Amino acid sequence: MGIKSLIAATATVAVLALGGTQPANAAGEAVALPKQDWSFNGIFGTVDRAAAQRGLQVYREVCATCHSLDYIAFRNLTDLGYSEDEVKAIAAEYEVQDGPNDEGEMFTRPGTPADRFPAPFPNEKAARASNGGAYPPDLSLIVDARAGFEDYVYGVLIGYEEAPAGVTMMAGMNYNKYFPGHQIAMAQPLYEDGVTYADGTKASIDQMAKDVTTFLAWAAEPNMETRKRTGIAVILFLIVLSGLFYASKRKIWADVH
Amino acid sequence: MSTANFSNPVVRWIDHRLPIFSFLHHEAHEYPTPKNLSYWWNFGSLAGIMLVIMLVTGITLAMHYTPHVDYAFDSVERIMRDVNSGWLIRYIHMNGASFFFIAVYIHIFRGLYYGSYKAPRELLWMLGVVIMLLMMATAFMGYVLPWGQMSFWGATVITNLFSAIPVVGDSIVTWLWGGFSVDNPTLNRFFALHYLLPFVIFAVVVLHIVALHRFGSNNPLGIDVKGPQDTIPFHPYYTIKDMFGLAVFLIPFCGFVFFAPNFLGHPDNYIPANPLVTPAYIVPEWYFLPFYAILRAVPDKLLGVLAMFGAIAVLFILPWLDRSPVRSGKFRPVFKIFFWLLFLDCILLTWLGGKPAEGVYVIAARFATAYYFFYFLIALPLLSIFETPKPLPKSISESVLGGAGGPAAAPAAAKEKA
Amino acid sequence: MAEMEEGATRRDFINVASGAVGAVGAAAAVWPFINQMNPAADTLALASTEVDLSAIEVGMSITVVWRGKPVFIRHRTEEEIKEAEAVDLGDLPDPTPDAQRVEKPEWLILVGICTHLGCVPLGQKTTEPRGDYGGWFCPCHGSHYDTSGRIRKGPAPANLPVPPYAFTGDAAIRIG
Repeated sequence: MGIKSLIAATATVAVLALGGTQPANAAGEAVALPKQDWSFNGIFGTVDRAAAQRGLQVYREVCATCHSLDYIAFRNLTDLGYSEDEVKAIAAEYEVQDGPNDEGEMFTRPGTPADRFPAPFPNEKAARASNGGAYPPDLSLIVDARAGFEDYVYGVLIGYEEAPAGVTMMAGMNYNKYFPGHQIAMAQPLYEDGVTYADGTKASIDQMAKDVTTFLAWAAEPNMETRKRTGIAVILFLIVLSGLFYASKRKIWADVH
Repeated sequence: MSTANFSNPVVRWIDHRLPIFSFLHHEAHEYPTPKNLSYWWNFGSLAGIMLVIMLVTGITLAMHYTPHVDYAFDSVERIMRDVNSGWLIRYIHMNGASFFFIAVYIHIFRGLYYGSYKAPRELLWMLGVVIMLLMMATAFMGYVLPWGQMSFWGATVITNLFSAIPVVGDSIVTWLWGGFSVDNPTLNRFFALHYLLPFVIFAVVVLHIVALHRFGSNNPLGIDVKGPQDTIPFHPYYTIKDMFGLAVFLIPFCGFVFFAPNFLGHPDNYIPANPLVTPAYIVPEWYFLPFYAILRAVPDKLLGVLAMFGAIAVLFILPWLDRSPVRSGKFRPVFKIFFWLLFLDCILLTWLGGKPAEGVYVIAARFATAYYFFYFLIALPLLSIFETPKPLPKSISESVLGGAGGPAAAPAAAKEKA
Repeated sequence: MAEMEEGATRRDFINVASGAVGAVGAAAAVWPFINQMNPAADTLALASTEVDLSAIEVGMSITVVWRGKPVFIRHRTEEEIKEAEAVDLGDLPDPTPDAQRVEKPEWLILVGICTHLGCVPLGQKTTEPRGDYGGWFCPCHGSHYDTSGRIRKGPAPANLPVPPYAFTGDAAIRIG
């Protein structure tokens, strides 16, 4: 059997086996998510810095009331195009807990770039107590942790509408067409002009949803751009290497009959 | 063993006292290998290289990982975000597991098609099945370590399989857990074993190679090597062929690592483990899906578990189920049909394993499971009796020469050889 | 014959080329596995340490932790300062004037790790041996440091290093 049949067979197996598992991952998503053309999609995709900076503003002014961002430190924000001084200024706007001091007491101090975003609640029980029993999940990995990824996060943010006739809503729940089961504890978070963008962009619901989703996609994997850049170099190298090895193999095997 | 003449005096001095160079020269350099091996024979060495990649990435990850329920998830995220190249090493390890299984599964199907399990290579084959079992145990425990939702619930479901054992089942599960649910003691021991088992695999791989070198590789014709005209030295012929195969294999592997690193994973595993909430759909990693489908195809708990383990156990006795004297499927017209049906059957089982266990999927899984066992337990023994194989070529070199230019070219080729 | 030789050369060339490119690839692949053992981003970014000096009386020392290392802070007495400033640089194995080692003469701030083999020298408490020069004494291999933390006697090759720090108030510093 030659290389061709080998590649063909391998490809068939890959397509069948891998393609076959996909529906299971996405199972339970009855509503098609609104697919967007994200700047970070594709092998050359990068995070739109301006959108991510606006998204940070949406996170800080809207989401952060209830949602933590445990895995992001202020120093990480330099990735989004902020200077060291800007990062220091942002960090200093937060009070972070430190200690114990020499008296054994915990105390608060202004944040530094090495600190992480402080969580709005001290623990899960406190978060549930303040949110009618629901637990607002940490947002650091939300884009990686939901089937549908960025399209899902964006979908939920814009998916609020009046419950259709005949749907009985449970107490404290809100209707959302993209949330599995359609009943979500989180009240609609985004409203027209809910934030005032520094760069003058009109803060429509759609704009804010896209911006904060871009920010959260970056937060889920801050190394994404490095990964893709490295990948392109590695794949090109491997193609050259395969060609050279193939030529070598042909030469060495030339005298085998 | 022919003693090689080493020109380097240091090498000669050492070799005289500790003949490692002679050994390597004999086993890796001049080791006579059938000259007609196809690219399907690349996957053995590829699997070996994947094992090394998994060992190297695994040991480096262990330098940063914390096996404790309170810190495991955080330590993995620290690897992904803060450790230098940590994301790369973890993505290689995650996707490396899948590509290790891809290489091994292709290697197994090659063995099945060309009858590589037949005498005198029965032990070689059985050691291979042992390696596969160890790989499964290792992969399963490794998936638990990030302590995400799928880690936790995968561990819960799979360890609960043992509760199907009559009388002592529940005690065994409690023993496996070290508690009354999957918890910190479970995570700790899984980490210890996940670190240990790859070295056990490595040792069995060494035995696998020792057994291989006893009679040498099988080949696409499945006939024995008749003499030196049928073989070529392993080096440089197969070393360069293996290197070429490796470079090509690394392309799709790196494609996943760099451009779709989470494609083969599950989003739920980016949610920290929560013992109070089960994800809506629990799906094992793709390489377990055919066995998972067999498990779910059987409506009885104990019988389901037995069927699943039986699917692997049957491979151990395969050399005695297929009694046909002809090794290669090339010369077995009826066997060929059953073999390709088995191949499709396994793909179908993989697909079904990822589907919910309901309705038509269960029915299909039952048929697919039935065919799997039918192939090994009924079709192969009967084919050994009733199938008429095609005539075999006299020797490897004759077939290679004949194949090159048809019968007419044979005399010319023979002259050239002389 | 000529043709055959040409063929042999080309064969060698292609084999050398693939070997070389393969070796470059292998070497590049090894680097991440070495570099992963270097300090991670969160370790490098570790917070600086703020210290309130107001409670330290003259002649007393405290030890604070910065980047996992002990930092000695000594509120030096007039005699100690004089002694440190009076030393003839020619007598020092690692000649540095005291003025270069302090921001304010009364506050001496040092990384408290012996430059010989990494032990923590004694001398922070007044009850501990401070060596022949009134500074610190490393019990591991007998290095003596003076009241400026400079090596004076023993196997250590260099002075106790001064960490980067800045005064944020009259009696408050930030180290790092």
